[in-house]
Amino acid sequence: MSTANAAHSVVEPSAGTRRFAGSLVILYAVITMIPLIWIVLTSFKSPDDAISYPPKVVFSPSFEGFCNLFTTRSRQTPEFIQTLGPPQGLCDSIARSRNMVVAGPSNYVPRFVNSLIIAFGSTVLAVALGTLSAYGFSRFRVPLKDDLLFFILSTRMMPPIAVAIPIYLMYRTIGLSDTRLGMILLYTSVNVSLAVWLLKGFIDEIPREYEEAAMIDGYTRFQAFVKVVLPQATTGIAATAIFCLIFAWNEYAFAVLLTSGNAQTAPPFIPIIIGEGGQDWPAVAAGTTLFLVPIVVFTVLLRKHLLRGITFGAVRK
Amino acid sequence: MAQIRVEALDKSFGTFHAVKAASFTVEDGQFLCLLGPSGCGKTTTLRMIAGLELPTAGTIRLGGEDVTMNRASARDIAFVFQLFALYPHMNVRRNIGFPLKCEGIDAVERERRVVEVARILRISHLLDSSVSGLAGGDRQRVALGRAIVREPKCFLMDEPLGALDTEMREAMIHELRALHDRLGATTVYVTHDQLEAMAMADMIAVMNDGVVEQVASPRDIYDRPASLFVADFIGSPPMNFLPFRGSLEAGAQTIRLGEHEVAVPAAREALAESDLVLGVRPEHVRFTDRGMVRGEVYGSEYLGTTQIVTVTTRYGALKARSPASVSFRTGESVGLDFRPDTLSIFDKESGRAIRTALYEGGAHG
Repeated sequence: MSTANAAHSVVEPSAGTRRFAGSLVILYAVITMIPLIWIVLTSFKSPDDAISYPPKVVFSPSFEGFCNLFTTRSRQTPEFIQTLGPPQGLCDSIARSRNMVVAGPSNYVPRFVNSLIIAFGSTVLAVALGTLSAYGFSRFRVPLKDDLLFFILSTRMMPPIAVAIPIYLMYRTIGLSDTRLGMILLYTSVNVSLAVWLLKGFIDEIPREYEEAAMIDGYTRFQAFVKVVLPQATTGIAATAIFCLIFAWNEYAFAVLLTSGNAQTAPPFIPIIIGEGGQDWPAVAAGTTLFLVPIVVFTVLLRKHLLRGITFGAVRK
Repeated sequence: MAQIRVEALDKSFGTFHAVKAASFTVEDGQFLCLLGPSGCGKTTTLRMIAGLELPTAGTIRLGGEDVTMNRASARDIAFVFQLFALYPHMNVRRNIGFPLKCEGIDAVERERRVVEVARILRISHLLDSSVSGLAGGDRQRVALGRAIVREPKCFLMDEPLGALDTEMREAMIHELRALHDRLGATTVYVTHDQLEAMAMADMIAVMNDGVVEQVASPRDIYDRPASLFVADFIGSPPMNFLPFRGSLEAGAQTIRLGEHEVAVPAAREALAESDLVLGVRPEHVRFTDRGMVRGEVYGSEYLGTTQIVTVTTRYGALKARSPASVSFRTGESVGLDFRPDTLSIFDKESGRAIRTALYEGGAHG
């Protein structure tokens, strides 16, 4: 409230108002950050600390969660463990302290790689298709344009669960079930409607004169599109890509239904990491923490495109 | 450089008939203004010459070659847009050099020509600046630079001064004309501003409602308007129109306006009784006590050296231009008459000007 008033006020806000506004923003940020911080903290707790009550804020950090995330372990007798050589690495020694030995890598890395391939693949595809069709809708007289645009948008109106069963049956029939290609196509088809609508707005804002000037200067329409329109649409493309990526990266319902051993992504995998005696919360938290990293990196990388309005001031309206 | 010939050009957008059988010729090196109110089809006509729109019917010839269906890039023309359309992601140098790059001209030659053009347009000091920081006039110069750098067959300009403020516009009018004289480039220039058109053009094509009403020199457009529309559109304030009913014999030198005989340029055609309109420019209305038309002064508009006096008469309100030194009282009764050799007569129904001695190019002044 206070920040909003400050932004619209003609009078320079007083130091007190500013401090108050600043502390409100910080408070909101902290409230938003608490679940994230808790997850990161949990990933460094031992299983006992993770479920202790009252919750521990101060604890001795442990890498057990990360070790359990990346490995599978088997329980052995202490006598057998003594017959083995010295522990191989940190995770092995943590496992041995609990009378276990590392049996092999877990499925987390392949699931994570699936997530990367499927999310980025579908984002690239959705943004590419979206840009081309948005340009078409924006610049050409397309018959039934408004109906087509509404139809494209209407694919978003259905709850995913309503189409899950038909898609499951279709995918099984045509052999796309539990494949990366299948998931890429599915997420692309969901995202493309968002991409078309978002990008059409951005491309409508770019005056046609730019392409027309380029076409008169000797470019074909496609060259003009690539060399003149795309550079000016970067802001819109970046924003659209982030939205598409976040959707595809976090998608859970279709991933649970359509993937299992081969193309399973990280979201359905992380919650089912089971340790000794039930859910292995530190491992789940560790999986979640690492799962956040790509989105954060991608958003930070594209941040400058999101902020930069490069067309500003080049055309006088 | 080349002649532009537009023949019976037609353009429809769905049910909207934007351009109707437009024909005109721009001779090699000539500066033609397409002038008309907004929505009259002048920009559409220009875009068809450029190849940005394809005509529904008709032909366009550039230097004798039929280019009606050619792609814009294959026509060898340059286009200056109202909003300049400078590429915001390139600096001034790259903007001007862009058409050369499209043609595949090497970097050394490109640089030489960009520098030369920048010198002509006096923007050498701006070559490395970003286009988004430039003032309106400088942006317009960069847009012009991009047009002239390629030495195209002709220039097409779509209200290039429309986005500039008045002062800048005045300066650019002279610069543009000087540039035209220097390059000798065939130019088609679209504007809705008659002063711009009058100041710059060799020839003006006045368009209205998709139709080319008249193509003539600025002087002929003003003194010998071919239609009621042209007479009304050109001139500020526009021509006075006095409607009357009458017939005309070939050679007749007077018409009957109410109970008065009014001397007019000799008619060159005969006309049966019909609704006609007498057209008088405000500067051709004279105040005289023996004037045949009497009226009351309604008000006057002081313009510095002259004033525009509005007089209510039985033929409606007439505007007269008179020296600013004469003073008029509101409500004063005055007599008016008209300079005979400057009057136009129009057919009210079709709006067409009746052929008279005036239109033979003899008398004007």
